[in-house]
Amino acid sequence: MREVLTMNIREIGTALKKGEFSALELTEFFLNRIEKYDGEIKSYLLVTRDLAKEMAKEADRRIRSGESGELLGIPIAVKDIICTKGIETTCASKILKGFIPPYDATVIKRLKREGYVLLGKVNMDEFAMGSSTENSAFQVTRNPWDKDRAPGGSSGGSAASVATGLCVASLGTDTGGSIRQPASFCGVFGLKPTYGAVSRFGLIAFASSLDQIGPLARCVTDLAILLKIIGGYDPSDSTSLPFSASDYTTFLGQDIKGLRIGIPKEYFTEGIDHEVKHGVEKVIGTLMKCGAEPVEISLPHTKYALATYYIICTAEASSNLARYDGVKYGLRMGGKDILDMYKKTRVNGFGKEVKRRILLGTYVLSSGYYEAYYRKASQVRTLIRRDFEEAFKLCEVIVTPTSPTTAFKLGEKIDDPLKMYLSDIFTIPANLAGLPAMSVPCGFDSQNLPIGIQLIGRPLDEGTIFKVAYVLEKETDLKKIPDEFSV
Amino acid sequence: MKIEKETVKYIAHLSRLDLTDEEIVEFTGQLDNILRYMDQLNELKTEGVEPTSHAIEIKTPLREDVVRNSLSQEESVSNAPERKGPFFKVPPVIETEE
Repeated sequence: MREVLTMNIREIGTALKKGEFSALELTEFFLNRIEKYDGEIKSYLLVTRDLAKEMAKEADRRIRSGESGELLGIPIAVKDIICTKGIETTCASKILKGFIPPYDATVIKRLKREGYVLLGKVNMDEFAMGSSTENSAFQVTRNPWDKDRAPGGSSGGSAASVATGLCVASLGTDTGGSIRQPASFCGVFGLKPTYGAVSRFGLIAFASSLDQIGPLARCVTDLAILLKIIGGYDPSDSTSLPFSASDYTTFLGQDIKGLRIGIPKEYFTEGIDHEVKHGVEKVIGTLMKCGAEPVEISLPHTKYALATYYIICTAEASSNLARYDGVKYGLRMGGKDILDMYKKTRVNGFGKEVKRRILLGTYVLSSGYYEAYYRKASQVRTLIRRDFEEAFKLCEVIVTPTSPTTAFKLGEKIDDPLKMYLSDIFTIPANLAGLPAMSVPCGFDSQNLPIGIQLIGRPLDEGTIFKVAYVLEKETDLKKIPDEFSV
Repeated sequence: MKIEKETVKYIAHLSRLDLTDEEIVEFTGQLDNILRYMDQLNELKTEGVEPTSHAIEIKTPLREDVVRNSLSQEESVSNAPERKGPFFKVPPVIETEE
C-alpha cells in the first residue's frame, strides 16, 4: 500500500478501478498513518474518521457500478477555513469553536461531485493571519523535515499533512503566500490560482480582494487535476471569472524550448539566504539546459509590496471580521449590554495577531488616515500591477525564490510581527496583482531543509506554470516525504 | 511616535475590542513600528494614479430576479450561542425603565 504515497491521483484511480485495493482500504491506510504520525506533527484539527470511511464505501460502490468521477476514493485534507456542511469549521479561532456550517463551500461541492473522501480539517494560522501556523488557537504544527521548525503558514496544516504523507492532497488558501510559503518550507507543490479562477463561496473571508483557494500536493499532476475540478465560474461568487477550467494535464510533458523566463533582479538582493539564492540559480540553469531562455526583468516597486499588502489586507480584514459579534455563531461572552457583550466576546475570542490586524486595519481606514494609508496603498497596488504587465511583455513566466529563507525555528519570529511578515516578501506581489503562482520544490539546503522556487504566470495562464513545473519535477526528482515517515 | 496610546484606545473601541491597559501599551509599540515601516510608501509619487481595489477587472454580474431555495430559518439560527425559538437572542440594546 505504501506505493500510493508516490502515485498521482490518476494512477491511484486506475489501481482502484482494477481492484488492486479498495477505496476503503486506501482511506484506512491514511487514517492509520494519521494515527501513527500526526501525534507529533499535529497537522489535523479534526479527523473525520467515520465520515471518511462512509465516503470511501460510497466511492467503492460508485467504482463497482462503473460511474465516473475524477476523485473517486481519493482522500483529501481541507484547510479549516473552508466551510464543510455539518462538519465543524473553526478557522483555528476560539471565536468560531463549535461552528457547524449549514452549507458546503463551492469547492467542496465540486470535490464531492467527483467522489473525494474527506479525511479531516487541517490546522492554520487563526483566520489565515500568519506565516508559521503558530497563530492557531488550538495547536502548533511541526515541520516534518525538522520538528523544531515551523511548517510555514498560514496553510501549515495542509503543507505538513501532504509532506508527511497523511493525505493524497490538500486544499489551502493564499492571501499573501499562505499556500506557497508553507509548500516551500515543507518541500511540496502548492498553487495559488489567478484571482477569481476558483470560487470563494464558502471560504471564510480574510482579505477578499486577495484570498484564493488552491491545492497542495506531492506532484504537479495532482495540482493540475485538482485545479480543473475546483476552478471555473461560479454564480455564487461575484468576483468569479467567467471561464471554464480546462484539462491542465495536457500541459504536462510539453517542452519549454524557447520559453522566456523572466528573472527579476529585485528578488535577488538583500535579505535572501545564500543557499536559497544558490538553489534558485541552479534551477534557472536546469531550465536553460531544457531550452528556456532567461531574460533579466525589473519589477521596480517590489520593495513597496509588503507595506502595501499590510495596509490593504488589514483594512479588508477589519471589515470582514466585524461579523464576529457573539450573536450569529461561535463564542459569546456575557456583558451588561450589547456593546459590552461585543467587546468582551471579541477580545476573548480573537488571538493576538488577529487583534493586531483588526486594530491596524481600523486605523488605516479611519477618518483622517484613509487617504494617507488605504488610498495610497491602493495606488501603489496599481504601480505593482503595472510592473508585472511590463515584465510580461518580455517573458512568459517569472522565476523567483518562494521565501527568502528555508523553514525557521518555532518561536523564532512570533514576538516580532514585522520580521514574520518579511517571510512573505516574495509571494505577496502575485496576490496584489491577482496573478497565478506556484511554489515548486527545487532542492535542500545544508541542513536538509527544502528550498522552494516560485513560478509566476500571466492572468489565467496556469498552463505555462504547469508546463515549467513539470519539467522541474522530472529534472530534480526530489524526495517529497522525509525518510522517517516513509515507512 | 506615529501612534499614541490614546489613539489605540479609541481604535480598540471602534474595533469593539475590550483591551487591557497592558495590551494597549503592547499594541501601541508594535503598531508604531509597523506604521513606520509603511511610511516608505511616501517615497513614491502617486498623483493621478488610479487606485486598484481588485486586481482583475470584472463587471458587477447581474442575474434574473428569480426565486431560489435558501437556508431555512432553523438552519440560519442553528449556530446561535443564544436563541429564542427562531430568533437570535441578544442582551438589551435600549435601556428600559422599570
